[in-house]
Amino acid sequence: MLDLSKYQSIGEALRDALDQYANEVCLIEADRDREKERLTYRDFKERAHPLAKALQDGGLSAGDRASIVMTNQSKWLISAYAIFYSGGVLVPLDYKLTPDEQWQLLKHSGATVLITEYPIWRQLSTSAGRVVATNVRTVLVTEAPANGDLAGAERWEEFRGTGEPVLVPRKRPDTACIVYSSGTGGRPKGCMMTHENYLEQCVALTAIYPFWPGVRYLSILPTNHAIDFMVGFFGPFTCGAAVVHLRTLRPEYVREAFPKYKITYVSLVPLVLKNLQKGLQARFEALPSGKRKIFNVLVGLNKALTKNRPRPGFSRLLLKQVHEAFGGELRAIIVGGAFTEPQTLQFFYDLGIPVANGYGLTEAGTAITVNDFKPFRADTVGKPLPGMEVRIVNPAADGVGEVAVRSKTVMAGYLNEPELTAEAIVDGWLLTGDLGRFDGAGHLQLSGRKKNMIVTEEGKNIYPEDIETVFESLPVKEFCVFAANYIWPKRSMVGEKLVLVLHLESGQPSGEELRQDINTRNNRLLNYKRIHGVVLLDEDFPRTASLKIKRNVLAERLAQLDCASAILPL
Amino acid sequence: MRTLDQTTQEVLDLATKHFQLPAGSLAPGDDFFKKLGIDSLQTLEMLSRLENHFGIELPDYEVQGVSDFKTLAERIQSRL
Repeated sequence: MLDLSKYQSIGEALRDALDQYANEVCLIEADRDREKERLTYRDFKERAHPLAKALQDGGLSAGDRASIVMTNQSKWLISAYAIFYSGGVLVPLDYKLTPDEQWQLLKHSGATVLITEYPIWRQLSTSAGRVVATNVRTVLVTEAPANGDLAGAERWEEFRGTGEPVLVPRKRPDTACIVYSSGTGGRPKGCMMTHENYLEQCVALTAIYPFWPGVRYLSILPTNHAIDFMVGFFGPFTCGAAVVHLRTLRPEYVREAFPKYKITYVSLVPLVLKNLQKGLQARFEALPSGKRKIFNVLVGLNKALTKNRPRPGFSRLLLKQVHEAFGGELRAIIVGGAFTEPQTLQFFYDLGIPVANGYGLTEAGTAITVNDFKPFRADTVGKPLPGMEVRIVNPAADGVGEVAVRSKTVMAGYLNEPELTAEAIVDGWLLTGDLGRFDGAGHLQLSGRKKNMIVTEEGKNIYPEDIETVFESLPVKEFCVFAANYIWPKRSMVGEKLVLVLHLESGQPSGEELRQDINTRNNRLLNYKRIHGVVLLDEDFPRTASLKIKRNVLAERLAQLDCASAILPL
Repeated sequence: MRTLDQTTQEVLDLATKHFQLPAGSLAPGDDFFKKLGIDSLQTLEMLSRLENHFGIELPDYEVQGVSDFKTLAERIQSRL
C-alpha cells in the first residue's frame, strides 16, 4: 500500500517518485497513429527541472499562483511539477472555457504566471478580457510556430534556467491548487485544495485502484478536472505508472489506443461510456444469429462467474474478442462527473469490464465513495473511501437527506469567499447539496440535488434524477427532468410539478408516438412521482467540459420561456 | 487549388451525404450542432470524414469553438 505519510507536499512526493522510478516510462504522447514522445521518469525530471529553475529565477516563490490552460499533454504535467517544485500554487483551468471566462478566472485566482498552448494563446491574447487580468505577468506558450506572433508571451521550450532548482518546502495545510468547480455560474468558486487533500486522497484511492510500474492510464478527461488530476497524474506518478496522452480525441484513435498501448485504466464521463455501450451493442446485434447465441451464452456464463467479484482472467478468456478490442489489459473504467445509469454499469460489468462508479465533488477532493466490487452494485455509488466520514443530514423517513462529508481531503475553503465557505463547511462537515441515503450494506444511494426537487401534496419528496432513470433510452437527443419551480421560481410550497425537458433529434417530429412512449414510461412511476408535462427546447443543453449537463444554466435558459405556454401537457 | 467557395461547397456536400440529408438543405452559415442536431462525438466523426476527403489533418485545437460550416471550410482551406 502506498505510504505518503512522510511527505508534506505534492512536490516532495513527486520528487522522490521521479528518482525512485527513474527508468520506468511515465508518459506516452501520441498524435493520431503516431507516437510523438515516450518519456521515462528520468527524462521527465530533465525537462521539468530547467523549467522550475527558470520559474524560480523569474520570481515564482512559495504561495505564488501559476495557471495552466492546456489540453492533455506531457507539457501540462511537466509544468505542473515545476510549479509544485517551486512552491507555487497551481491554478488548472478548463481549456474549453471562453477566453473572457479564462481571463476572469485568471484575475480571480491572482495568478502571476500563465502556461498555455499557442492555439489557445492566439485566442486569449486577442480577447478583450485580457485587460482585466493585470496580475498575469509571465506567459509561457508551448509549440508556437517559428514565425508565430507571441503577443508578449515567451516560448515554453526556451524558458529554461541553468543550474539546479531548489525544492521550495510547503506544509500539508498550505494550498496546493485552486480548482474552479464547474456548474456554478456567475460567482467563481475557487476551491483551495491543500497538499494534505491530495496526499490523503491519493493513498485512499490507490488502495482500491492500485497503480504500479507497467500500469498505463489513458488520460481523456481534461487534466484540470479533479478526477484526471488525481488518477491521470498524481496517483500514477507516485506509484511509477505511465500516463498516455492523445492529442486528438477522435473516437477512432481513442479506440486504437486501447490495444496499441495496452491500457489498464481509463476515466470517462457517463455520456462517453453510454456512447461506447451503444457502439458495442450495435456490433453485438450485427453478429450472425448463431454467433450471437453463443455470445449471449458466454455473457451469461461470465455474469454467473463474476456475481460476487470480478474475475478478469476468466472474463478475458470467455469474452476474448471484446477484451482484445480493449487491449486485453483493461482492469477498470473509472466513470465520474455525473450520474451514470445502472443499466450502463451493468452492461459493462456483464462483459467482464468493471466500471468504477463513484461519487465525488471537487470540494471534497475528487472521490467520496467508490464501488469496491465486493460485490459489484450498479444501483449505488459505492461505499465511503478510507478516511471519509459520510453522514446524512436531517434524513427524512426514507433515510434520504443531505450528504455531508468530513475528511482530510475536504478543501480549505473557497478563495476570497468566506461567506460561501461558511455555508458549505459547517462544523467541519462539507454540505454537498446532494441528497442520498445509505442502504443496509453501507452503500450510498444518491437521489438528487437539494434545490432541484419537489415536495408533493402528500408530503413526498421527489428527486428529478430519480425520475430520469425511467426515461433512459427515450428516442430523443437529450432530456432532463426539472422541478418546474426550480426553473420558474414560485413562492409556494404546494402544487409543485415535475417537467421533462426534451431536445429532439434534428427533424424529429414530436408526434403521437413519442407522446405515447413518454406516457407509458411515466405510468410506470408511482402516481405522485409522475411528470406533469413536457418542455421542448431546440438547442443543445449546456454542458461542462466533462459533458455534465449544467442544470442551473439550462434552467436559466428555460426560464426565458413563458411557463404557461412552454409546458405541454401529456 | 480549390477556392474557398469550392471548399465550402464540398464541406456542405459531404455533410449532407454523411448525415443523409436532402440535397441543398445545408447553408454555409448554418450552426452544425443545431442544424444537424449532433453532439461533440459525432462532430469529431464528421471531421475525420472531411480530413479523408481533403487529404489533410485538422488538429483538434483548430476546430475548437468552430460551429458553422463557413468557418470550418476556412480552417480546411488554410491547410490545403
